Amino acid sequence: MSAADLHGSDSRLNQSHVHGHEEAHAGDGHHDGDELPHANLRDYLIGFLLSVFLTAIPFWLVIGEVFADKRITTAIIVVFAIAQMLVHIVYFLHLDTRSQAGWNMLAAIFTIVLVVIAISGSLWVMYHMNANMMPMDEHELRNVP
Amino acid sequence: MTIAAEPHSAPAQLHDSVFLGRLSLEAIPYHEPILLLTFAVAGLLGLSLLVWITRARAWGWLWRDWFCTIDHKKIGVMYMVLGFVMLLRGFADAIMMRAQQAMAFGDANGYLPPHHYDQIFTAHGVIMIFFVAMPFVTGLMNYIVPLQIGARDVAFPFLNNFSFWMTTVGAVLVMLSLFIGEFATTGWLAYPPLSGAAYSPGVGVDYYIWALQIAGVGTLLSGVNLLVTIIKMRAPGMGLMQMPIFTWTSLCTNVLIVAAFPVLTAVLVLLALDRTVGTNFFTNDFGGNPMMYVNLIWIWGHPEVYILILPLFGVFSEVVSTFSGKRLFGYASMVYATIVITILSYLVWLHHFFTMGSGASVNSFFGITTMIISIPTGAKIFNWLFTMYRGRIRFEVPMLWTMGFMFTFVIGGMTGVLLAVPPADFVLHNSLFLIAHFHNVIIGGVVFGVFAGVSYWFPKVFGYKLDVFWGRVSFWCWQIGFLLAFMPLYILGLMGVTRRVSHFEDTSLQPWFIVAAFGAVLIGCGIVAMLVQFRVSYVRRESLRDHSGDPWNGRTLEWATSSPPPDYNFAFTPRVHDVDAWWDMKRGGYQRPTTGFLAIHMPKNTSAGIILAAISGVMGFALIWHIWWAAGAAFAALIGTAIVHTFNLDRDYHVPVETVTAVEDLRSRQLAEAGA
Repeated sequence: MSAADLHGSDSRLNQSHVHGHEEAHAGDGHHDGDELPHANLRDYLIGFLLSVFLTAIPFWLVIGEVFADKRITTAIIVVFAIAQMLVHIVYFLHLDTRSQAGWNMLAAIFTIVLVVIAISGSLWVMYHMNANMMPMDEHELRNVP
Repeated sequence: MTIAAEPHSAPAQLHDSVFLGRLSLEAIPYHEPILLLTFAVAGLLGLSLLVWITRARAWGWLWRDWFCTIDHKKIGVMYMVLGFVMLLRGFADAIMMRAQQAMAFGDANGYLPPHHYDQIFTAHGVIMIFFVAMPFVTGLMNYIVPLQIGARDVAFPFLNNFSFWMTTVGAVLVMLSLFIGEFATTGWLAYPPLSGAAYSPGVGVDYYIWALQIAGVGTLLSGVNLLVTIIKMRAPGMGLMQMPIFTWTSLCTNVLIVAAFPVLTAVLVLLALDRTVGTNFFTNDFGGNPMMYVNLIWIWGHPEVYILILPLFGVFSEVVSTFSGKRLFGYASMVYATIVITILSYLVWLHHFFTMGSGASVNSFFGITTMIISIPTGAKIFNWLFTMYRGRIRFEVPMLWTMGFMFTFVIGGMTGVLLAVPPADFVLHNSLFLIAHFHNVIIGGVVFGVFAGVSYWFPKVFGYKLDVFWGRVSFWCWQIGFLLAFMPLYILGLMGVTRRVSHFEDTSLQPWFIVAAFGAVLIGCGIVAMLVQFRVSYVRRESLRDHSGDPWNGRTLEWATSSPPPDYNFAFTPRVHDVDAWWDMKRGGYQRPTTGFLAIHMPKNTSAGIILAAISGVMGFALIWHIWWAAGAAFAALIGTAIVHTFNLDRDYHVPVETVTAVEDLRSRQLAEAGA
């Protein structure tokens, strides 16, 4: 029977640690719960350069009016925005498959799945409703916001 | 501000004062006798309670030991008390509606004016979901989960206290709307454009928005808290697949809470902006789209249904296996069914608005996903039946509720699959058939589950069992009352009667409504019987006392400690080797350690939670009544108090060895007596 509260001498009086018994938790026996992910200058620099790159290109596309069709520009910006989010999550928030014994990755995947469901589902549903609207005359159509 | 809004809201704007916003003496409904009487009775009862507490000199004790507590057990009990109090209010609304609908036929108009009736059905729905079902579920999880995983408290004890008080402040705001101003008349989800400023210029919808926003903070934080607790604080040896099934279902529920409640918060923020600032997210004009509100709120709303029911599936699992004296049949399938429900609950939301105008492909996709979700639920029912099969079943009160649930819930599940068929839904949408369906699953599932849990864990919480006779009376009143109250509604719904109607022309419908009203009275008897049960059990507590800490021959870790458990739950953290950890320990000849205790590191009580929540309440009230200076001041005070609290480093202490030893020695003596 291991004594439970070996945190008596623990100076980090974070409430989450008051009762924690990570030493023994779930038998996995290592301390990954308390360690910061291994961040280094190289990762930060890569992340920084990537985000500059991913920001500059959309600006250039819009200012330089590179494509005649605005829809292409919009689509590319959306793709770059998603890539930007991933860069931030991986290089600045240090999401990887190892931190917190994989729980962080699992939570991130779950979140992404739900966000994709909510956004794509809403778009599908709302466009469908639009398609089923009663036919409008030209005057009404012109005033659609 | 839309064009249509001006005729309504312009006069209201005229009365706005700088100091009191929209608030004036007009807001007190002294011209409505029903409300005045309610106010008098509530005032009298409240006053006598205050006098009683003062005469018992209990204020200091209440404040120190309960209001400021960060003990997950006491907070759990307070959640249950909140749930019971609000159940009485929600039920009062229900019986008023049933009485009105039983009377108001043909020339008779009943006793409720339509505007009042509309407030009542809105308040009934909001209260029953947010301030009865949610506190009950959160209360059970709060009390039981840390005990089941062998922890000493939740991961963030202060946050737990804060969450409870935020939920309570939300409830207080809803209650306040009875006596100051009015409540929403929009139905429990406040669909725009009806809930927009143009059609609901009063304070009703603002009460709705801010009560839910404040309570929502509490729900979200308690979700985060329990999620971290379950993932990080399990006893050694308890892998995920060794967790008790109630802990598993709680885990999934809290995942749903954390993922779904931000959607509700965002939607209500947009609605509040539409109402107060004049944006056009959900208005009819200027590019607004009310259908987007319906879409978004159900992206929260459908997972919410599973947030409510999943923990109760866990309760039923614990009860069935304990009272059948068997290991739960199909533990792994139960876990996977729960996970599948968790994911699928995000893929069905459109079945709440099949009739809004999507085409066949959208409707059939969501119809099919809805039917698919009934498969894991059905698997659970079979698991419970197979657990009972050839078991040595004890028909104690928790088991009665569980069997009542299985019988009732299956009916509700089947009518749900009927509603999942889009063409059928076009006939049944917004009819009393729908009302009967969701009451069937919420009463038969959530309410019966909560009562099963209460009667099952009551001896753990208070150290004595509940009186069996009154428990049975309560169960049968609820079970028969439910059938009488809602089976007629299925029939009326099939005949085409719609919901939220305060007066009928067709007198041939009246007998069905009278039967339904009688059913509601019987449910009322069930509630009274339960209150009598609590009183009788308290009076007879010495003869009902349980010294063993394990009155039902339980299987999970909460039964390993004393009843009620000491503040620190376990003197030594248990080591887990099997799913039914306590059953395994008992079988393996577990010897309770009686020496070698150590000081135990525990968090300290704090008043920060209740103070922050009270300031939030003031801010909510000011926002409802457009008292902008007070809202700003309260917001500043809120941030300031929160920052000041972060400097409070005096937040933990050690329970001295002497105290631990004394508590554990007392337990040894009790166990010896119980054994002898």
